[in-house]
Amino acid sequence: MLDIKNITISYQDRPTVKNFSMSLKAGEIASLVGESGSGKTTVIRAVLGLLAGGGKVTEGDILFDGGSLLQNTPDQWRRLRGTDISMIFQDSGAMLNPTRKIGEGFVEYIRTHEKMSKGDAWKKGVEMLERMRLPGGDNIMRSYPFQLSGGMRQRVGIAMAMTFRPKLLLADEPTSALDVTTQAQIVRQMMELRDEYGTGIIIVTHNLGVAAYMSDWIVVMKDGEVSDSGDRETILHGNHSDYTQKLLDAVPSLGGKRYV
Amino acid sequence: MFDEKDMILESRHVTRRFPASGGRELTACQDINLKFYRGKTLGLIGESGCGKSTFMRFLVRLDVPNEGEILFKGKDLTKLKGEELRQMRQHIQMVFQDPGGSFNPKMRIRDIICEPLMNFGRIRASEKDAVARKYLAAVELPGEFADRFPHSMSGGQRQRIAIARAIALEPELIVMDEATCALDVSVQKTIIELVVKLQKEKNIAIGFIAHDLGLIQSFAHQIAVMYLGNIVEVLPAENLDKNAAHPYTRALMGAVFDVSMDFSKKIESIDSEAPSPLNVPPGCPFQDRCGRCMEVCRRVRPALTRLGPGHEVACHIFDKEEKKQ
Repeated sequence: MLDIKNITISYQDRPTVKNFSMSLKAGEIASLVGESGSGKTTVIRAVLGLLAGGGKVTEGDILFDGGSLLQNTPDQWRRLRGTDISMIFQDSGAMLNPTRKIGEGFVEYIRTHEKMSKGDAWKKGVEMLERMRLPGGDNIMRSYPFQLSGGMRQRVGIAMAMTFRPKLLLADEPTSALDVTTQAQIVRQMMELRDEYGTGIIIVTHNLGVAAYMSDWIVVMKDGEVSDSGDRETILHGNHSDYTQKLLDAVPSLGGKRYV
Repeated sequence: MFDEKDMILESRHVTRRFPASGGRELTACQDINLKFYRGKTLGLIGESGCGKSTFMRFLVRLDVPNEGEILFKGKDLTKLKGEELRQMRQHIQMVFQDPGGSFNPKMRIRDIICEPLMNFGRIRASEKDAVARKYLAAVELPGEFADRFPHSMSGGQRQRIAIARAIALEPELIVMDEATCALDVSVQKTIIELVVKLQKEKNIAIGFIAHDLGLIQSFAHQIAVMYLGNIVEVLPAENLDKNAAHPYTRALMGAVFDVSMDFSKKIESIDSEAPSPLNVPPGCPFQDRCGRCMEVCRRVRPALTRLGPGHEVACHIFDKEEKKQ
């Protein structure tokens, strides 16, 4: 479904990501793992054509359902984003307009992509929220983002992203700002989405524990290059680079190493 | 398990209530009794909003409790005033979650590290450069960083500066409020290693707030689990996975993603969110999310009872067994 072919991404002629390749089939979950600044967010932003600050894909190609994304016109992008490909961010609260209630933004989003009356769009929004295990969807639609907890905001973000049953969901550190309990809930929920909707997911995270639990395929990035890629077994136990080992060692585990 | 003569700080029946809208009261901390020992780390863990930061702020006197006392080497911190309070502050320092937010962006690193020392007149302005370099070395950063500003450093480096500033006064207790939670896991590990090294060198007591049990058990000596303003379990960090008894502690353990976990098993986690601390139900605070809730839990709030050496738990499941014996 998604095929990233040997891309190089540059900001102001300085290559930030070099020779990156990966592919994703429908219903698969892949993770991009690496430290801050390793270029993992840049890769998924490139897939959505949202590179910040004049970033450009200078080499290679990104194919989505066989067609190249790089040649898209603004009009084609508008039709694709938010419907076939959608994205959730580290803090979905920051994506929502703080001066408007959740419902207003949600209804506007639905009506941007589909001809629908405001009443129907509202109902659809409530239905999506409740499906994402947010009881009292109507109440949430009437709340401002700041009135919700971090975990609830993240669920609102997922509900919005899943409204049009996207083929591909991009998730940029969706659990990094959350409590461990909420993190576990969100991770479980994202895996259920895959089972229910057959959505392919690319998740960006710096926690190899989360990545290993969720993914069919893991790509470890370092300084803009792929340091390792493979299925869970290969990354955890197979032949991998020292850098991957370092990341593995850094995951705090119960009954693991103690420093005192 | 700890030597009582090493105890440097003790909180006794500390309770903090905040006024809330509609004449209601929000109890952020309810009858907290904890002890801090020289050279040992107490990990305070719990979800957002459970009152863990509120409690730690008492130790550095950023706030005072409504009830209870906090004894630092026998002196009640909550009653200190004026110059005596100022002098006390040298002994207890704090490291915040966001190191970027706790520095003045217009100050150079040298001035940031030496500010506390200058405040207490411990060094002269001419000594600043040498002192800053000494503490930079202690946190494993190059001495040239003294000339930099905070914005030109990475998150991990900034957190090291925050630690350097905290140890500059040679305090006896350092409070770290989620000091690594904004960092990458790999950087988090290096910071923890540094903290442990400094603790061993200087025999400092540390109070560490976190929400990740996996992290806290790797370097704490003692763990206190907090839920909705109540301490529900206190236990030694060693063999945590075997000894943890309270259903909430077990739930927190279930939520840890581990690279050596069983991937075929579904990750266990409590589904609901923590209820608002504004309407804590009578009885056990954890009742609505607990899989083993009994009738008695709805009525009576469980008190901390001893389960083993250094291990106390507040849960009715364990009262019963005691009565049977």
